[in-house]
Amino acid sequence: MSIEVRNITKRFGAFTAVDDVSLQVGGGELLALLGPSGSGKTTLLRMIAGLEFPDSGSILLNQEDATKHDAARRRVGFVFQHYALFRHMTIFENVAFGLRVRPRNLRLSKNDIRDKVMQLLALVQLEKHEKHFPNQLSGGQRQRIALARALAVEPTLLLLDEPFGALDAKVRKELRRWLRRLHDEIHIASVFVTHDQEEALEVADRVAVMNQGKLEQIGTPQEVYDNPANAFVYNFLGNVNLFHGRVDRGRVRISTMDSESQEASPALDRSTLGYARPYEINISRESGGAATVHARLVHIYGVGPKVKLELQDIETEAMIEAEIERTQFVELELKQGDEVYVSPSNLRRFVEDYSI
Amino acid sequence: MATLQNQVEPQKTRGIATLLRGRAKKPGILPGFGLSLGFTVTYLSLIVLIPLSAVFLKAATLNWAQFWSIIAAPRVVASYKLTYGVSFAGAAIDAIFGFIIAWVLARYDFPGKRIADALVDLPFALPTAVAGIALTSLYAPNGWLGRYLEPIGIHAVFTPLGIIIALTFIGLPFVVRSVQPVIEDLGGDVEEAAASLGANGWQTFTRIIFPAVFPALLTGFTLAFARALGEYGSVVFISGNMPMRTEITSLLIVSKLEQFDIPGATAIASVMLVSSFTLLLVINGLQARMRRTGEKV
Amino acid sequence: MSAATSKGKVRAGDAPLVKWTLIIVALAFMLVALVLPLASVFVEAFAKGWQVYLASIRDPDALSAIRLTLLASGIALTMNLLFGLAAAWAISRFSFRGKNLLISLIDLPLAVSPVVAGLIFVLLFGLHGWFGPWLDDHSVRILFAVPGIVLATIFVTFPFVARELIPFMQAQGTEEEEAALVLGASPWRMFFSITLPNIRWSLLYGVILCSARAMGEFGAVSVVSGHIRGETNTLPLHVEILYNEYNFAAAFAVASLLSLVAVVTLAVKKIIEDKTGIRGEKA
Repeated sequence: MSIEVRNITKRFGAFTAVDDVSLQVGGGELLALLGPSGSGKTTLLRMIAGLEFPDSGSILLNQEDATKHDAARRRVGFVFQHYALFRHMTIFENVAFGLRVRPRNLRLSKNDIRDKVMQLLALVQLEKHEKHFPNQLSGGQRQRIALARALAVEPTLLLLDEPFGALDAKVRKELRRWLRRLHDEIHIASVFVTHDQEEALEVADRVAVMNQGKLEQIGTPQEVYDNPANAFVYNFLGNVNLFHGRVDRGRVRISTMDSESQEASPALDRSTLGYARPYEINISRESGGAATVHARLVHIYGVGPKVKLELQDIETEAMIEAEIERTQFVELELKQGDEVYVSPSNLRRFVEDYSI
Repeated sequence: MATLQNQVEPQKTRGIATLLRGRAKKPGILPGFGLSLGFTVTYLSLIVLIPLSAVFLKAATLNWAQFWSIIAAPRVVASYKLTYGVSFAGAAIDAIFGFIIAWVLARYDFPGKRIADALVDLPFALPTAVAGIALTSLYAPNGWLGRYLEPIGIHAVFTPLGIIIALTFIGLPFVVRSVQPVIEDLGGDVEEAAASLGANGWQTFTRIIFPAVFPALLTGFTLAFARALGEYGSVVFISGNMPMRTEITSLLIVSKLEQFDIPGATAIASVMLVSSFTLLLVINGLQARMRRTGEKV
Repeated sequence: MSAATSKGKVRAGDAPLVKWTLIIVALAFMLVALVLPLASVFVEAFAKGWQVYLASIRDPDALSAIRLTLLASGIALTMNLLFGLAAAWAISRFSFRGKNLLISLIDLPLAVSPVVAGLIFVLLFGLHGWFGPWLDDHSVRILFAVPGIVLATIFVTFPFVARELIPFMQAQGTEEEEAALVLGASPWRMFFSITLPNIRWSLLYGVILCSARAMGEFGAVSVVSGHIRGETNTLPLHVEILYNEYNFAAAFAVASLLSLVAVVTLAVKKIIEDKTGIRGEKA
């Protein structure tokens, strides 16, 4: 099963929730829709499911136009953010629901339904709970039941809305690895929505980063992390340091650092921003000349294998966050108030400037 | 958060009109929007809006002088004064005792509490006519209470006092049920904070608890007052219906109707409607304010 | 609610003297204001013995009043139940302009005096009313007949089911219904196997309040009924007539039936509240 979304747009009044988004999901692939609150990722997922209908654009399932089909006809499995288990039905009845509401001629026999449900409950390791009600289960267990219920109708496509959003940190980590293994086992095209970049990068085959209704970038976790398409993606995927500077006649000047611009058309005196992740900040006791920033060490957070340092650029007073190995920290004999020289090992600049 | 926002505002812009005319696009997957809203609006119009508008349209057929001579006649003005006075008195008694009852039910354990809690709603459940004859028989000179009150000069039946008693009965649950949940929801932490800052029990009550409960008490009072203004069944038996003395406005409308003075009844009814709609606005305002300030921090 | 007292925390008003004084004041007031009137109904009803009591209830006029009351409240309940479901579905499941206005308008009948509620139907269907002449020409009777009583009852109990369901369904959200549809359920299947079971207690609560009020309505029905014995008298109107004829024992006997309904209503209501934590907002 493949999904293709073509130029989908959805508005709620004056607010454009999804703005001309196109993407494809191949058979057996696990795609993450990643973005902050209000980026349109859930709306996009709901439109793929047939829970909402786009204002323009089309949705193709297996190369067939399904834009006007409702959810039932698309044969999607949908796992809701708050699970949406039927609270007045037992776990067994919840999972069996999709099988029981089929038209009579397509319905399995009672025994077959029972076998199938028990098989699914075994898959999610909750066979023992068939007679329980949803409120007797933990959050993680409910999530697995919601998944079993979605799988019962043999969907050609599995959609999950913030599947781990309501769980606490530890369960969340366990469950997402479990989901990855389960996906490798059942191997149906799946899309899940998340605002947690760690979750997206760890679990998904590909990640689609959304912002303000637009698709910013889509690619493998490695691609989006190593080669972010723009400042937003770069920023959203991890902590970041910002360096303000100026570009002028082929030279870039950021704080006290001076370097050659790689831009094809040399701009005339324009402001620019440089980005570097905390672990990309080198710290040294000696000045490295024009490539370094002179900074004061303001605070040290020393717990764990890595040491986090808060530094202040002496010239511009901007704050810089650095993360170094403990061994290096010990070697440098750093103390609060020390003056050091800082150089980003991989300073990135993007053509369009986002305000962050 | 994104999801919350997305779910809260599906198809915000489509008004009733466009939707009732039939939509070009499906707004979402849930079915039955046109059917349910269409039925709701039609039924509301047929049962409530059109009939109610009849009062104002009928009243508008009178010219201003006729209208004024009806609604400002001495007997009618006496009935307004009486109705407002006894309603206010009844609601005030309800506010005092309703607050105590709500407080007791919300904060203490005692034998029979569940029965007492259920009994609070009796005036909602008991038909007003039944309440009316029961109260009249209780306070009659030979009744269970009347036989002790009459000798000391307290006459309830066929006096404004009797009307106040009936209206107190009718309005009590409004106060209790407005105040009780608010007292129950008072966080113990606020009281503990007050105590930790050195407040004694009385100070905690007057400075922390009562101000928090007051908007609910005011809402309950207003609801009881509004209900009392229009009350009929429980009052008609105990009041004696003497013009200028114990005739409340609802009774006056009925007696005008019995004399087939429909314009007269309508004119007075329109005055009543305007005053109760005004009160409704006040109540809505109070409740909106309570919702704003009532959220826990 | 009650847990705090057992935890041994110090709260305002927990000193035994204060506590028991307030409890006694509250219970004494409730005794005088609520229990005595209720008790007096039953005592007066049996004041002249069982024979009179049974005879008053078996009286043909009383029986016809019972029938009419059940009929009128049954129709009113059915109509307002359908309305409540439709209104709550539209309001809680969709967004549209004017929603807040609609919610306020639904509550409107609560602000209208019962007498005025009766009057509006006189203005519509009376001989000099909007539709009166037409109805008269076609010999259709609404006023001073059963249809008028039914209409007045529907009006005064109009919001009862809706106002219980709307906040409850709003709090519930739409995910379960969407899940049912995604799993292939038809709209009716979704409604009967997901929506209805989820709202059953709230619905029952509204039904109880609606029917209690419908059976007991006096003012509005009194205005439109015409008080024709054996034809257009409901139970409360029958009570009034007997009382005004100084037939107190019979009046209270019939009133005791209505009081019994009220007591049952309170009991069922309390059970639902304890079971589900629903507490209806009334106005």
